[in-house]
Amino acid sequence: MNRPLQPMLDTSPAVSDEVRKTTCYMCACRCGINVHMKSGKVAYIEGNRDHPVNRGVLCAKGSAGIMQINAPSRLKKPLKRVGPRGSGAFEEIEWDEALEIATGHLKRLRDEAPEKLAFFTGRDQSQSFTGFWAQAYGTPNYAAHGGFCSVNMAAGGIYTMGGAFWEFGQPDWDRAKLFMIFGVAEDHDSNPIKMGIGKLKARGAKVIGVNPIRSGYNAVADEWVGITPGTDGLFILSLAHELLKAGKVDLDYLARFTNAPVLVNDDPGSPDHGLFLRDSRGRMLVIDRRTGKPAPFDRKGVQPDLAGRLEKDGRTHRTVFQLLAERYLSDDYAPENVAGRCGVPARQIRRIAAELAHVAFEEAFELPIEWTDFRGDAHKTMTGRPVAMHAMRGISAHANGFQTARALHVLQILLGTVEVPGGFRFKPPYPKPPEAHPKPHAGHAPGKPLDGPHLGYPLGPEHLLVEDDGTPKRIDKAFSWENPMSAHGLMHMVISNAHAGDPYKIDTLFMFMANMSWNSSMNTEGVMKMLTDKDENGDYVIPNIIYSDAYASEMVAYADLVLPDTTYLERHDCISLLDRPICEADAIADSIRWPVIEPDRDVRGFQSVLIDLAVRLGLPGFVDEDGKALYKDYADYMVNHERRPGVGPLAGWRGKDGTKVGRGEPNPKQLERYIENGGFFIHHIPDNAAYYKPWNKAYQDWAVEVGLYDAPAPYIFNLYSEPLRKFQLAAEGHGERQPPEHLRARIREQLDPLPIWYPSAEDGAGEYPYHALTQRPMAMYHSWGTQNAWLRQLHGRNPLYLPTEIWERHGFREGDFARVTSPHGSITVPVAHHAALNGKTVWTWNAIGKRKGAWALSEDAPEATRGFLLNHIIHELLPPRGDGLRWANSDPVTGQAAWFDLRVKIERVDAPPAGSQPQFPPIASPVGRGPKNLAWKVGK
Amino acid sequence: MTELPRSTERSLGLVIDLDTCVGCHACVISCKGWNTENYGVPLSDVDAYGADPHGTFLNRVHAYEVQPKTGGPAQTVHFPKSCLHCEDAPCVTVCPTGASYKRAEDGIVLVNEDDCMGCGLCAWACPYGARELDELAGVMKKCTLCVDRIYNENLPEEDRVPSCVRTCPAGARHFGDLADPDSEVSKLVAERGGMDLMPELGTRPVNKYLPPRPRDREDKIDILAPFLEPVIEEPEGFLGWLDRALGAVSGQGAGKETGQKESG
Repeated sequence: MNRPLQPMLDTSPAVSDEVRKTTCYMCACRCGINVHMKSGKVAYIEGNRDHPVNRGVLCAKGSAGIMQINAPSRLKKPLKRVGPRGSGAFEEIEWDEALEIATGHLKRLRDEAPEKLAFFTGRDQSQSFTGFWAQAYGTPNYAAHGGFCSVNMAAGGIYTMGGAFWEFGQPDWDRAKLFMIFGVAEDHDSNPIKMGIGKLKARGAKVIGVNPIRSGYNAVADEWVGITPGTDGLFILSLAHELLKAGKVDLDYLARFTNAPVLVNDDPGSPDHGLFLRDSRGRMLVIDRRTGKPAPFDRKGVQPDLAGRLEKDGRTHRTVFQLLAERYLSDDYAPENVAGRCGVPARQIRRIAAELAHVAFEEAFELPIEWTDFRGDAHKTMTGRPVAMHAMRGISAHANGFQTARALHVLQILLGTVEVPGGFRFKPPYPKPPEAHPKPHAGHAPGKPLDGPHLGYPLGPEHLLVEDDGTPKRIDKAFSWENPMSAHGLMHMVISNAHAGDPYKIDTLFMFMANMSWNSSMNTEGVMKMLTDKDENGDYVIPNIIYSDAYASEMVAYADLVLPDTTYLERHDCISLLDRPICEADAIADSIRWPVIEPDRDVRGFQSVLIDLAVRLGLPGFVDEDGKALYKDYADYMVNHERRPGVGPLAGWRGKDGTKVGRGEPNPKQLERYIENGGFFIHHIPDNAAYYKPWNKAYQDWAVEVGLYDAPAPYIFNLYSEPLRKFQLAAEGHGERQPPEHLRARIREQLDPLPIWYPSAEDGAGEYPYHALTQRPMAMYHSWGTQNAWLRQLHGRNPLYLPTEIWERHGFREGDFARVTSPHGSITVPVAHHAALNGKTVWTWNAIGKRKGAWALSEDAPEATRGFLLNHIIHELLPPRGDGLRWANSDPVTGQAAWFDLRVKIERVDAPPAGSQPQFPPIASPVGRGPKNLAWKVGK
Repeated sequence: MTELPRSTERSLGLVIDLDTCVGCHACVISCKGWNTENYGVPLSDVDAYGADPHGTFLNRVHAYEVQPKTGGPAQTVHFPKSCLHCEDAPCVTVCPTGASYKRAEDGIVLVNEDDCMGCGLCAWACPYGARELDELAGVMKKCTLCVDRIYNENLPEEDRVPSCVRTCPAGARHFGDLADPDSEVSKLVAERGGMDLMPELGTRPVNKYLPPRPRDREDKIDILAPFLEPVIEEPEGFLGWLDRALGAVSGQGAGKETGQKESG
């Protein structure tokens, strides 16, 4: 045996020459990153310990950013289509030519018919800016990807309690003792949830995962509820049933902070049936327990009576709470009666209800913090109820998702766990009730800006964007009777409607970061055809397509003009309080990206390109009266744009000397201050304002001070949603604005002001017995990040996972393929066994499958040969029902794409094909192919 | 053949919490990033954008399904695996050139790449599959426990931990001296019943795994919270209960008249 001397090791090598701190963009979480530089090159990326989102940690995507900025799929120069659409045949052109072409289309349309521009951005993190641009341009047809993603969650939350999950709020990770997650896939909100679960587990708190698939967070959950897809609402309302039946609800909280005591007109013959009783000033009325008489809900000292009842003008009025209790105490919601449908044993439902009650009420605690509520009543303590919940797309992407999200919030509120210690907390600028949001606008005229912001929260039929005859004003039919509360628009309907000329034809489709010809559409093959279809004159049905992306995605091939964007380390961006900020429950926070490296290609940040176009078009808000540019680029806009006096995209270091928070004049050194501070700004909420935010005077005053509101705006939670009732009333024949006949019944049934559950649209189809789902792995995010050389080694394949029940019934073996058929078509795909899975559910990873030729991968890459999308068998329309109509595969309230409603049948394929089916002809790569091997080291 | 030190001053290693690991691969890629840029040759990727991409990783996460013998639904366990820095490391003793060695001061098992001829004997000897021969460089790569981070005076003190530990979002990875019974990691191992991987092989791994806590257990829960006692058997009974309960909440006594008539 030899025992050589240990070699001398340098255990203190130089780590980098410089650390540049910016914001990650490998997914939508927006963590802070330290980019270690060596000789001007990126050597290593790690999490920023000071950053409020990730506190130093970083996920696989974030650490793989270094493979993003060297990705062979990066676009290099503007492209002009020279072959047929979809072929990928382009010529490279100079930016001047590209911008002239774009300006040509945009100028002509703005002067003649601005609505013929449809401008939709994908997973855009600058929506307050892109929306501002679209408003100045004057088209009503603007939205981002929310309608495809999770608008049910957002709208369900806003309409119920003035905020939802993820960017709107978070669990009280430091105090919760029981944490329930519903339909949370492995992505949103990536690092904060992992950090939170780590904290809970370190404290011995319990995690309950409600999800058909037991992977990721659900794998570490202490208890798994392997629910059948689309039945979460029924399960949740059964929990509410149990709690009500046992009297385990927070009556004091309900009386003070929700509309539970508000009096509702209970007279079916009245035109105001189901609306709130209000005084002459429009204030909701409650019965004051002290006097037994009606009083405005917000009067000082009022003790709202949940059991109140009032006969007035011959009409009976009862409280919301009575209506609610009556509904959910019904045996329809008894655990035995929902168990089969939900795939959850009645005993488990009972036990979870008992645990919720136990933790919320027996483990309650008081924080010795004095506070004053909006009525002016002082409280000595803050009561903690340590039950926290979180939900995401799994409950949202169903045609009953809006009501399911509402049901979940009602459950949280019955337990008194929202905005209290240990529960669920809002992140500023939320809470913000529907009344405080803008209303949608679609008033357009040639050469004029739009008459207001595109998106918002309608409070009744009067806010719909429809012509007098009911025709939708927007190309995506948002805010029409088909989906009145479509707060995020319906990106997934744009191409289909534009192709059909329904409600009208458009001229130019302008998109950013939206892979519509692949994984960001339902009915992918159909969309490819719509994009390439020609009319009788041989012209494309959608005449012009302009697209901006940083990478050679599948959608690039379908554009006539490609504006190449930068990668995230080469650009300015702002994560703004005007938009989807990075605030914490205890603080406002925002952040920037800045070019930590310069592009080595002829590419430009998309937002700066939009500013350039705006100046060429002379758009108001972008040029002065002489037509001179107000902002030279996006960085300039980030600093100098003011949305309201003193309030701009960035809240930190405002004022000439940089000492003001939230409100203050633009500070020319603002970006330098952000960079010095690690790329972000954070400002904490005072302790006595940290909880009870919607009702807490200290919070409301603080929010005004920092510019979130212009005046205090306290409100109570909407267990009962009056706006929904107004749509229902219209469907019952009341009011001037009336829905079309074919929608009346659906609106009456499904826009119920108290949460209901109904089977999602494709439920119950005997021929298609299984549910088919997708989820994103934690280490991949859609396709926006290219197939990164490191990450694709983790997730380069996506078999269809089958539960034991299906695996055994069909005699599947390893290496087999299955034919998966929905009412819309078939795919043939590789399968794998997954035991920890709801017995009626199959699933796969989303967006691993790629089209041959895209993303600079070789054509024999597994993503292209064996990878697949379920999108091919999901349609934006439901199968015909024989009524002569085609119904959208969407939620009837918000229009959210119901892609989790997919039902399929499965057959074993006797002779496995060489790869997944269908396959499409390869597209020519505009950027060539990647290198064979990598040995990436930038230092010596 | 290469000799192991008789004993080491410290036994640095990892404690990995299988109860908390969500299988996100953050540790895998952070490790790849740090160790590509730092210690020795870069961790290469072959056919990086092609049909069979395969690269060198010092840490990989495997997922296993477990069907509990006691019944209950199947479970998924995420299992991160890297070199365990064994006390009796067979990869060291098998090395013909002395390239593989275990450090006397802290027990870290390393490969001196200058002396490695890429014969692969160590990878064959390691029962855990924790070593990978870099295909492009022909050199054996393995977890260094970030020996170039944990003592690195160019890093802030709090960052002197392996990159996988620093990055782990769920806090499932812990680093410390397992020879010191008072260290945080030793206490964790004691509290949570930390385990050796395949102890029967006699390799005496330094790294420990904390087992998943029992899942889907009803017995524990029943003690905490008996099933709810209904107070309302019939829907009509609700108002009566509510009135009694409200009296208790507001402290005004039950039975107050709440039905009101008002005209106008």
